[in-house]
Amino acid sequence: MSTLVLLLITGVGLGALYFLVASGLSLIYGLMHVLNFAHGAFLSLGGLLGWEVGRRVGDGTWGGLLVSMLVGMLVGALFAIVTELVFIRRLYNRHIEQVLVTVGIGLAAVALFEGIWGSDPIITTKVPWLRQTTEVVGARVPNHIWLLIGVAVVVLLAIVLFLRFTRFGLVIRAGVENRTMVTALGIDVRTAFTIVFAIGGAAAGLGGVLASVYYGNVSAHQGTSLLIYAFIVTVIGGLGSLTGAAIASVLIAVLQQLANFYLGGTGDLIIVLALAAVLLVRPSGLLGRAA
Amino acid sequence: MSALLHVEGLRARVGGQQVVEDVSLDVADTGVTALLGRNGVGKSSTIKAILGIIERDGTVEFDGRPIDRLRTDRIVRQGVAYVPEDREVFASLTVEENLTLATRQAAPNRGLVDELFPELRERARQRAGTLSGGQQQMVSLARALLNDNRLLLVDEPTKGLSPRLVGEVTRVLRTAAEQTPMLLVEQNLQVVREIAQDVVVLSGGRVVHRGAALEFLDDQDLVHRHLGVAA
Amino acid sequence: MSRLTGNRFVVPVLGVLLVVFAALLPRLDLSVPGVLPGATYTPGTLQILAYGFLIAALALSYHLIFGLAGMLSFGHALFFGAGAYGLAIVLRRLLPAELPAGVALLIAVLVTLVVAFVIASAVGALALRVTGISFAMVTLAFAQAMNVLVRRNTGGQTGGEEGVSVTSAMVPDVLIGVRNSANLYWIALAILVLVYLATVWIESSRVGHVAAAARENELRVRVLGLRPYTVRLFVFTAAGVLAAVAGMGMVLLQSGTTPRVTSADFTLTLLVIVVLGGVGYRWGAIVGGLVYTLLDKRLSDLASSDLIASLPAVLRIPLSEPIFILGSIFVLIVMFLPGGIAGIAHRVRSGGESSHAH
Repeated sequence: MSTLVLLLITGVGLGALYFLVASGLSLIYGLMHVLNFAHGAFLSLGGLLGWEVGRRVGDGTWGGLLVSMLVGMLVGALFAIVTELVFIRRLYNRHIEQVLVTVGIGLAAVALFEGIWGSDPIITTKVPWLRQTTEVVGARVPNHIWLLIGVAVVVLLAIVLFLRFTRFGLVIRAGVENRTMVTALGIDVRTAFTIVFAIGGAAAGLGGVLASVYYGNVSAHQGTSLLIYAFIVTVIGGLGSLTGAAIASVLIAVLQQLANFYLGGTGDLIIVLALAAVLLVRPSGLLGRAA
Repeated sequence: MSALLHVEGLRARVGGQQVVEDVSLDVADTGVTALLGRNGVGKSSTIKAILGIIERDGTVEFDGRPIDRLRTDRIVRQGVAYVPEDREVFASLTVEENLTLATRQAAPNRGLVDELFPELRERARQRAGTLSGGQQQMVSLARALLNDNRLLLVDEPTKGLSPRLVGEVTRVLRTAAEQTPMLLVEQNLQVVREIAQDVVVLSGGRVVHRGAALEFLDDQDLVHRHLGVAA
Repeated sequence: MSRLTGNRFVVPVLGVLLVVFAALLPRLDLSVPGVLPGATYTPGTLQILAYGFLIAALALSYHLIFGLAGMLSFGHALFFGAGAYGLAIVLRRLLPAELPAGVALLIAVLVTLVVAFVIASAVGALALRVTGISFAMVTLAFAQAMNVLVRRNTGGQTGGEEGVSVTSAMVPDVLIGVRNSANLYWIALAILVLVYLATVWIESSRVGHVAAAARENELRVRVLGLRPYTVRLFVFTAAGVLAAVAGMGMVLLQSGTTPRVTSADFTLTLLVIVVLGGVGYRWGAIVGGLVYTLLDKRLSDLASSDLIASLPAVLRIPLSEPIFILGSIFVLIVMFLPGGIAGIAHRVRSGGESSHAH
């Protein structure tokens, strides 16, 4: 029983991490029809620079972690904005080329990070409380899981409120549904593109810092490996659906944890099969609109 | 009478297929110019090409200035409103949100819209996707009429509507046309007869007839030849 | 018109000459400083060229899917990996049979081909039920599943992160060791020629024409009463089998393989190669494969050179990462040179023609 509880809670924690990457991917795809392969690089840079600044402020302290998170968000957002303005925008409406460019940026950026920070993971120092555990119905849950879940919930709420109550949110929601009609109402939808990239980049950068807390290290490759899971989550949830991404993140991560424990480490395999199954039964994903 | 919108040698492709071959037409600076033709001759595509929604080349001048290189949103912001075929309301947004999104000016014509479409006011918080076809058409028209436009491009506004609603939409179009010139794609020739002053007839992506509306509609042979129906 | 008939003969003749020249390289003493690491008869150079040929063959097979049929697959590494791992594993399983080395290799090649065919048609049959980005994702997912299986040392066959090596007892002696680099080089060249001919045949067949037509306008193909699904499945399966052939060449050339050849990064590299060479051009894929291989090699050498080591960090770090440079070149090509290397050549030629005409 306590094992199951532990697996479920850590699964939700991992799902929180997936969500931070997948939320941006899903919004970007929904609005722009670009599958952003550079998203992992946003995460890695957020994690790496967040760590660099955070440890100077206070290694292993709450203050340091907070600064890391802020820096991670900022860095992720800036990287994303530059990517959108300099590269994506010039290839307006040429979706294949846009995907290719993000592939190139992803490869080049990660290689550059390797050049700067090396290819081996760098061990990070955790805040003492995050190293401890809390007992929940007999299960000793690592405290960093609560941080992950808490932050992901805040991010989810913030994005939902932004989409719901701001003019840009309105444009983004309408654009996900029918971008052509948004421009036909006289709205320059490109501003919304930049904003969506910035939001996605900020969430990914924050995800980078939290990934370093979760795994206990940072590395140039962290984003790339998380990106594949995030893709799977995004597609299962339905490209363009934020709620879908949130639900699929948790489902997939929990499934992965359970399979890893009960089915002899087959978690990765199971979620890949889940993706294939979902796509074949419901090509638009769980909450996606039929094309 | 002079031309507000001047189109010359317009060509457009969709998915590798030439849908507008060579269209030249003028829209007068008052009243309604109807764009007629059988199904699939490129009427909707012509409107989309004017707005740059589909790739096009050729000359399009609005009020004497070329707009054929401008992005869609820039063209619309010059005061060219578009009411698309099939309404294209944002189904997941509420009626109110649909209208808010469409508002381009600080003081939108809410009074006019409320007067023309009293029903929308009651349904402000309803998702547009759950409205009937006629109500969605009202949202689509309201989105255009909220702003002070210089030209309306209206594509098959009465398509699929009941006779009562056709009458209502016609009334709205007539009111709108008193203020703003209009290019109207319309299959219902009775509606054309009631509100249009000029007609442009397309066939196979080209203009085959241009002239006064009533003159055209009263010429049975011409109508039959170009539209395949009796007027 | 005379120009066209001229091309008809000139191109194959040029092609044959090029192959003959390539086949003679191990017997020649040619040096291209800065491009090749040594004279053409040296094992090091032959190894790199053979590697380039196999990557070019792989890129050609990917060209069938991406360039011809217009499908963006992120799973092509799966088939290359199936060929490489398949051959090595089957060879080892055959070991107790004490067959003559040549026979064992032949059997292993045939078995691997069948396995590759089955995998490619099964994956294709499932993945092609969806299109566009979903298709890309399903193929990515299958390749990722293969990658996971391979890294996990499934059934004790794939050797985990270490990969597998080819059992030397099961391979004819003429294919083993530095002394026989030339033989492996010729095999790689033969594979490239084979894959090229297969690609030409598929592209000029009825199936190829329909696949190309379905890329431009699916509706029109349906109207003609043809099922794009069947045609695409054929192209996808053929490309998968050809990729496996290249993979088999690679495992022989390197006497083994690692999980890297099944990774998503490897497929992305392939995408880079095809775009570098020029999407839609057969010889673009070949040139892309060769240029990429040589560039990668030269950039790696450059990275460890004294010249780079003496530079300040701002320059040293980017320049010592080949993938950074290649990735950046790729981005620039996508942004500013659609059509890649082949596109440039095409433009130069047609530019020349039009100036003749005037």
